[in-house]
This record gives sequence, C-alpha cells and structure tokens, in this order.
Amino acid sequence: MILFMLPESEKLIMGTLQQVKDPEIDSISIVELGMVEKVEVRENAVFIELLPTFMGCPALDIIRSNVEKAIRESHNFHEIHVNFVYHPPWTSDRVSDEGRLRLKEFGIAPPPERIAETGEWHVDCPFCHSTYTTIDNIFGPTACRSILYCKTCKNPFEAMKPISTIM
Amino acid sequence: MKMGDEACKRALIELLYQLADDDFILAYRGSEWLGLAPHIEEDVAFSSISQDTMGHAAMFYQLLTDLGEGDVDQLAHARPSKERKNAILLEFVNGPGHYLSKPRYDWAFAVVRNYFYIQAKKIKMESLKNSSYEPLANVALKVNIELYYHLMHWRTWFVQLMNADQTARNRMETALTRAFADFDGVLSLGSFGVEMARYQLIEPEEMLKKKWEAYMQPVFDSVNLTMPVDFGKKSGDGRAGEHTADLDRALTILGEVYFEDPAAIW
Repeated sequence: MILFMLPESEKLIMGTLQQVKDPEIDSISIVELGMVEKVEVRENAVFIELLPTFMGCPALDIIRSNVEKAIRESHNFHEIHVNFVYHPPWTSDRVSDEGRLRLKEFGIAPPPERIAETGEWHVDCPFCHSTYTTIDNIFGPTACRSILYCKTCKNPFEAMKPISTIM
Repeated sequence: MKMGDEACKRALIELLYQLADDDFILAYRGSEWLGLAPHIEEDVAFSSISQDTMGHAAMFYQLLTDLGEGDVDQLAHARPSKERKNAILLEFVNGPGHYLSKPRYDWAFAVVRNYFYIQAKKIKMESLKNSSYEPLANVALKVNIELYYHLMHWRTWFVQLMNADQTARNRMETALTRAFADFDGVLSLGSFGVEMARYQLIEPEEMLKKKWEAYMQPVFDSVNLTMPVDFGKKSGDGRAGEHTADLDRALTILGEVYFEDPAAIW
C-alpha cells in the first residue's frame, strides 16, 4: 500500500496499525510485514483488510483482536471491521525494507529477494552476515519460518520462508 | 458462475465438501504422528505441513459457510461420517496401535499417501485458479503457493525410500499396493463431477487424472516403478458418504472438546 496517496484519516489509522506487532516476532509490525491490504474510513466506520501470511497461522485471530483493540484505543469509530482476505495472496516480497531490518533485529533472516528458477534460494546469517549457510529444515517453529545453520559463526538461525506466486 | 443456477450451486457445494473433508482428515492423521516421526526435524516439518493443511480445510469450510451451509466449527466437527465426502484412503489409521500407547505407525504408508495426495491436490488447485467461482479461485491461488514446499518434502522422502535398501523398498511396495487400491477415490469428483466441469468450477475428473499421471511418470521412472493401468476404489466411495470405522473413531476423538460445549467460543 502506498502511504503518501492515502487521505489523512487513513494515514492516521496506518500509524496505529504500525503499533500492532506480529505476536510471535514482536520487533516487526503487521504494516512492515505487508499484511495490511486496505484501510478505508466511511463516516463513523473503519474497514481494514488484512492478508494472512499462511492460512493455517494460529496467530491470525490474535492479530485481528489486537488490531481492533489498537483502533478502539486510539480512535473514535462506531464500527470497526477487520477482515482477512485472500486476494491478492500474501507473498514474502511484501515485507518492507524497514521490515527486513526488524526481522534481522529479532535474529530472523529476511526472505531472500531472489528465488532461482529451480526454486533454490539462499540467505545470509542474520548474526555475522556470513554467506556460508545451509538449510537445516525448510519447515520451522512457525508456518512462515525455516531453520538454517551458519557455518561461520556456528549458530543455528531462522529465515522467513520465501513465498511467491511463481511457485 | 451464475449463482442463481441451483444445479451449479449444488455442484459447487459438493466440490467444497470434498476439498474441505479431504484436508481435514489428512491433517488430523498427520497430527497423530507428532512425536513419532522418524527424527525430530521430520516432527517439525510434518506438523508444520499438517497445520497448513488444517488451515486450508478451515478456508474451504469458510467458503461453505459463506454459501449458507452453517457454522465452520459445526461443519468440521458435528457432521456424522455418512455426510463426509473425503476419500477413504485419507481416513485410514496410520498403522496399528494408538498414538498414546504402542503406536506401530507405518512411515512408508504416510510417505506414499501424503505424496500422492499432495500431488493430486496441487493439480486440483492449479485447475481451481481458473474456477468460475471467484472466491474459490482466490483461495486456490493462496493454497497452491503453500503446497510448493509440501510437495517437495514428500517427493524427497518418496524417492529416497524407494531407492534405499531392500527392507525400505519392500515396505514402500506394500504401501503402494494399498494406496493404488484406493487412489481412484482421491482423484474422483463424485457423482456431481460432470456438473462441476460443465459449470467450469474445475476441470473434468479424467483430465485431472491424466495430469496426475503425467506429473508422476518421470518420478516413477526414476525409481523404477510402473504406473498401474487403473487405480481402485476397493474400500468404497468416500465421495458418496461411504466410510470405514477408522473415520468414526477419528471423528469421535476430534470432536471430544467441541462436544463438551458446542456453544463455547475458543
């Protein structure tokens, strides 16, 4: 979503949504994750559309109620509508540049910017920035994360799993 | 899609029940493996896949709710086995025993069943991306992306075990015989299949089957396995509501918490 094109009231909402963090990665907001697809204010009602990262993610209901709570505390709307939509599908390239930094801060490598035609991908170590890393398990502790290992600093680490419509 | 058309809606609802019930029961069978998979990394991977799969089931049930079929939890938990449309192959127990005591689960069967099913599901999702029912096309696009890693996972296991020592090969062949005997049930679109294709909800069953064989043939060749001329529906037709006692037992366990208080909000 392109922020500067939004009307003033929607911009304020985006500011509030910036305070809503991923319940499992509390350094990054749902805005930085690219989960906010639409914010619309109509008179006394606000309509927010969110994109789930993965469909089976158990954090979705928590995120929804955190969004409702944040809006209720900072704004005066009679109606707050928060819905998950599936179009367009969330893809890992929706994570913003700021979001990529916040993930690293948490010790999670941001999703790779390129995926080879063979589906292969590579990420650097979020701790020592070494490129000498191996994938330990595509599947990690949450649906959106993979487990890797850095052969330079000998730390296991996680990466945000790349997800793209070319897959 | 012309939603005013009752025949079309009937076919769509039938298709959604098949998609939802397939994912729901296989995700449950996957969850029973937790702590029992061959190694700890597999425990992480398989439970992650099962969680995704249950998420897909929830989405398909949601589409049914949107069409007036009732509450999502009720659709998932409260329907008796005779109303379920899942393929019978997907409801079979993981093996003898119980996950809490003396499980003698069959890993070869898990690998074959999941690999075959996920490939069939991927073909259906590719087809559904062009479905005339737009909400389903949108969900299919999202599901399809997530399947990429599932498929890669099961294909890796399949090829490695097929090419491993004779013990592994024998176990895989036993599992293959079981899977082929009921795999027609997985590829089947049931008695509404013709309507589903006519209303362009999904491609015809025959087309899906051909695509499955085309995707599988090179993999089969690489592990020296012959594609059967026909698959079977040996244990019955799940799309018509025929099921085994395995499904009844699974639904009883799955619904235990739900039936404590169906009105509770979790």
